[in-house]
Amino acid sequence: MSPVPKYAPQGAGEQVLWSMLGGAEHLQDIAAYEQAGGYAQLRAAIAAEPAALIDAIKTGGIRGRGGAGFPAGLKLGFIPKDSPKPKYVVCNADESEPCTFKDREIIERLPHLLIEGCLIAARAIGANHAFIYIRGEYFEPFEILRAAAEQARAKGWLGTNVEGSGWDIELIVHRGAGAYICGEETALLSSLNGERGQPTVKPPFPAVSGLYEAPTLVNNVETLATLPRILDMGAERFAQIGIEKSSVGTRVFSLSGHITRPGNYELDLGTPLRSLVEDHGGGIPGGRALKAIIPGGSSMPILAAEQVDTGLDFDSMTKAGTMLGSGSVVVLDERVCMAQLALRVAEFYKHESCGKCTPCREGTRWVVDMLTRLVSGGGKPGDVDMIYNVNARVLGNCLCPLGDAMAMPLMSYIEQFRPDFDRYLEPGFTPPDDSPLAVITERAVQHLEIAKPGGVTWAGKLSRSELETPMANISGAPGAGSEGAGD
Amino acid sequence: MSEGQQALVERIETVAGRYPHRKSAIIPALHLAQEHYGWLPPEAFEAVAEALDTTPAFAQSVASFYDMFHLQPTGKHLIEVCTNVACALNGAGQVLAEFEQQLECHAGQSTTDGQFTLRTVECLGGCGTAPTVAVNNRFREFFEPSQVRPLITELKATPVGFAEGEGKV
Repeated sequence: MSPVPKYAPQGAGEQVLWSMLGGAEHLQDIAAYEQAGGYAQLRAAIAAEPAALIDAIKTGGIRGRGGAGFPAGLKLGFIPKDSPKPKYVVCNADESEPCTFKDREIIERLPHLLIEGCLIAARAIGANHAFIYIRGEYFEPFEILRAAAEQARAKGWLGTNVEGSGWDIELIVHRGAGAYICGEETALLSSLNGERGQPTVKPPFPAVSGLYEAPTLVNNVETLATLPRILDMGAERFAQIGIEKSSVGTRVFSLSGHITRPGNYELDLGTPLRSLVEDHGGGIPGGRALKAIIPGGSSMPILAAEQVDTGLDFDSMTKAGTMLGSGSVVVLDERVCMAQLALRVAEFYKHESCGKCTPCREGTRWVVDMLTRLVSGGGKPGDVDMIYNVNARVLGNCLCPLGDAMAMPLMSYIEQFRPDFDRYLEPGFTPPDDSPLAVITERAVQHLEIAKPGGVTWAGKLSRSELETPMANISGAPGAGSEGAGD
Repeated sequence: MSEGQQALVERIETVAGRYPHRKSAIIPALHLAQEHYGWLPPEAFEAVAEALDTTPAFAQSVASFYDMFHLQPTGKHLIEVCTNVACALNGAGQVLAEFEQQLECHAGQSTTDGQFTLRTVECLGGCGTAPTVAVNNRFREFFEPSQVRPLITELKATPVGFAEGEGKV
């Protein structure tokens, strides 16, 4: 049924995470995981001094794999050692950055590795409670993780007096309910605290005052899953993988879009983007040319085709004007219209804005409205500059990075692909009918009243008569909930 | 409080007992309530509030923040088509159009017979296997428009979309 295997083949190079699999599809069963050396690092960690654990992770030099790239060892060190309050470990498994699916695969294939990583982190900071906050949409990964936690409990890795050490540890796998913003750490903690998942001001940082106003370590799935592997191979050896000091280790890159072999590829940091796309991903299907690459999730500034030799590491991406972000790489072929992409991306952030800060709440909405008018053929001179300027006014003016996450990529689309936007203002312009986003764009246009009547025609459009067949919402309110994308 | 509500309160209390602070269990509580009723009617918020020592209004305010909680009734089967970037680039628009034609309803609506609710969702994390469709929370990946009609036939023969207790929290 599937045109390609569910999981991408393991590539060349030194693999830190996938090597644990030893060629197996997954290690969901605890016996298989222990057979592969699993939980040995937790055993060692329980016997070790917490300070030694933190030192080893600092020596390893791993930077956070969630998006911001903060050094994980440093973060561990920020947790106060003499807090009168309990301390908590929270694993951020709310993987919602568009086009990122690495954490899902880690959970599906190596759930115990993540649990072991969480427990090692808990031991290092002296916590007795750990949480894995997994996004609500990841229902099957949640089931896998919960089953793994039950196995770990049955084997004595969770519960009271683990390994006779006197250390008690509880792990709760907490399933969210659909909110991109909960991937932001303070919003995640609000959500886990039983409130609406809205961000809060930093400082105080979670390390000082997080869950229940107590010191809390928040780390991404990939970061925590890597901890047992660093301890296993030795921090010095781990530090030699990738690029010395600045971008140490491997990263799981989620490759999608117009690509022959999409999937997750674990590669050394610093691997050229071209190698990921061409050698691992098999290039663009249909012999089409590359137009652009989104390098780190939809929140990141875009790279043009000529930047394909940029290295997949923190510094190279910064030099190229973007960021490594969540490590998800989306390949766009020559047919993609950047104005249509901008609309689709802006709609996402409009939908996900939590509404707390005005620039984000209002800015995302106005950008969507202006882009919709532009691509529907009703744009006015100056609209493209206006779209750019509104984004520039959202950027840096909000409490959390969600507004920036729309502004940064959209400004880069306009900077790098201005003709894709300007051409909509030319009289008689018709969008190319092979644009992969044409159908989805037409849907967005249909829902906006200010769209110019009798505007451009679109490829793949459903006829009005096809859409206007009798229908009703079963709650009996005609038209209720007909907004489409869930506004 | 009805017997059904009382049973729900007890289930929520069991789950809440695992958390250091009971209020943290509000999302699991709402998941449990939604499984029980199929959506979140006023009785659901009463039960959640009773179990977690809060108010129905607060429970509703939390529920309304999250996309997966339904504040109006849904069909028996929930079909969610991802239309985010990777899926849209790989034909999600065509998949959605086919669902709309076959089900005779727009995204965001339910069919008149109460069997299906169709909606679009943002990135599901099925980008490497795009397009991805979630059917009663379970992913169907590499989904082609030609698979729409067989899926609807399959679901029509499935009596329950999402069984209570299946989504243990």
